[in-house]
Amino acid sequence: MQVNEFKPKIVAFCCNWCSYAGADLAGSNRLSYPADVKIIRVPCSCRVNPMFILRAFQRGADGVIICGCHPGDCHYTSGNYYTRRRMALLFSMLDYLGIEKDRMRLEWVSAAEGAKFATTMNEFTEKIISLGENKRLEDLRCKK
Amino acid sequence: MQKITREILIDKAAFLLSTGVVGSVFGWRAGEFDYDVTPALFTDKTDLKNNFVFGDFCGANVSKYLIKATKNAEEKILVFLKPCDTYSFNQLLTEHRFNREKVYVVGIPCEGMADVRKIKEKAGEGILKISSTEDGVIVDTLYNGTISLKKEDILLERCKNCKSKKHVAYDELIGEDGTVLENDRFDEVAALEAMSPEERFNFWQNELSRCIRCNACRDVCPACTCEKCVFDNPESGVENKAAYNSFEEKMFHIIRAFHVAGRCTDCGECSRVCPQHIPLHLLNRKFIKDINQFYGEYQAGEEVGSRAPLVNYTKEDIEPNDAVNKGDK
Ligand code: SF4
Ligand code: SF4
Repeated sequence: MQVNEFKPKIVAFCCNWCSYAGADLAGSNRLSYPADVKIIRVPCSCRVNPMFILRAFQRGADGVIICGCHPGDCHYTSGNYYTRRRMALLFSMLDYLGIEKDRMRLEWVSAAEGAKFATTMNEFTEKIISLGENKRLEDLRCKK
Repeated sequence: MQKITREILIDKAAFLLSTGVVGSVFGWRAGEFDYDVTPALFTDKTDLKNNFVFGDFCGANVSKYLIKATKNAEEKILVFLKPCDTYSFNQLLTEHRFNREKVYVVGIPCEGMADVRKIKEKAGEGILKISSTEDGVIVDTLYNGTISLKKEDILLERCKNCKSKKHVAYDELIGEDGTVLENDRFDEVAALEAMSPEERFNFWQNELSRCIRCNACRDVCPACTCEKCVFDNPESGVENKAAYNSFEEKMFHIIRAFHVAGRCTDCGECSRVCPQHIPLHLLNRKFIKDINQFYGEYQAGEEVGSRAPLVNYTKEDIEPNDAVNKGDK
């Protein structure tokens, strides 16, 4: 029996129009990805306020990944372009504060890319397992 | 350069009041001590003559106060703006925070403002009086006698790295306008970037864990003008100071800085008012530096109506995963 095996908590914000469907496709193709990944469906990757990411970390997430439509394919034409700018600045800021930069990620996954969805999640989970528990961004006030 | 004195400004204000151009004056009011000057609205000429001040301690950026002041004003308000204040002024106009028509701006040249903390460090406790001289100040103290200090040694951080002596907004100028300046304001950010993540984490841990969450940095910021703020929400669990753990107030600081990213003019008020001496400008400047590097040079407030980088995009923008790995060899 394995004792104290680290089970990471991973939050994946997935756009309703692409990666959420991509996750579905991965499921119906029987491609497996870790159960540690908890998907939160958003109407567009652009809906993800930087606060959502920090809140996830505060409440104990070990990694946060945002998945949206490929640039140019946004259901609302340009939402993901804004996401891209925001996340570039946010990730860079977290790195500047000395927080492990591999804990956050942005990937473009379309509805047809079930396989990409599964590999992305597998890779990301492995990365988080190697980083271990998130200590630098948790906030005991916010953990129930 | 013509030295700007309170008398020159009072005369200007009295003239504009008596000719009916303006109905009130926004400037700086004397406090208990020479260094605790407060931004204030003057409606009365005698009050103006007695209590209006201008000098080394008028660092306060008065642009933000115009939002409230113009709300009920029937006549125009005269406001004296230093070069850096005019950037915030424009940024507020860009965001439609007040009506330009309600304000009469007199631009005043600036030789840099003093940081009372630096004076206290050098002169010690018991400051009785601070008087300005040609190139510095003379401090009368209770314990250490009279001490004279050079201006360059007591400047606010932001004035040492002043980005511009040019007024980007005014109706009238007193004296000659300056120019945009070469400065080293990103050096400290670059030095932090060159550290290891471990060192950076420790640096910020040490700085931010001192935060007492007084919210002064937020309240003074001319880019923070929301009427309701997420950090006042008692349901959030983060409206007060954290008593423990490593994340402390980082979330507050990241969001505070992010919220003004692309809109922050780098006026330096957050660092000036922080009672805990936290170098908040290093967070804002990180965003400015990244924005300049990723999306092209951008100075918030330079032009009214310019599109902030975070509400803009190009198809070729850098990917976040690459942005964060840019330093890796
Ligand atoms: S930053 Fe420049 S313009 Fe602003 S107070 Fe300092 S010296 Fe004056
Ligand atoms: S002014 Fe300083 S102590 Fe007050 S909330 Fe801001 S950083 Fe914290």
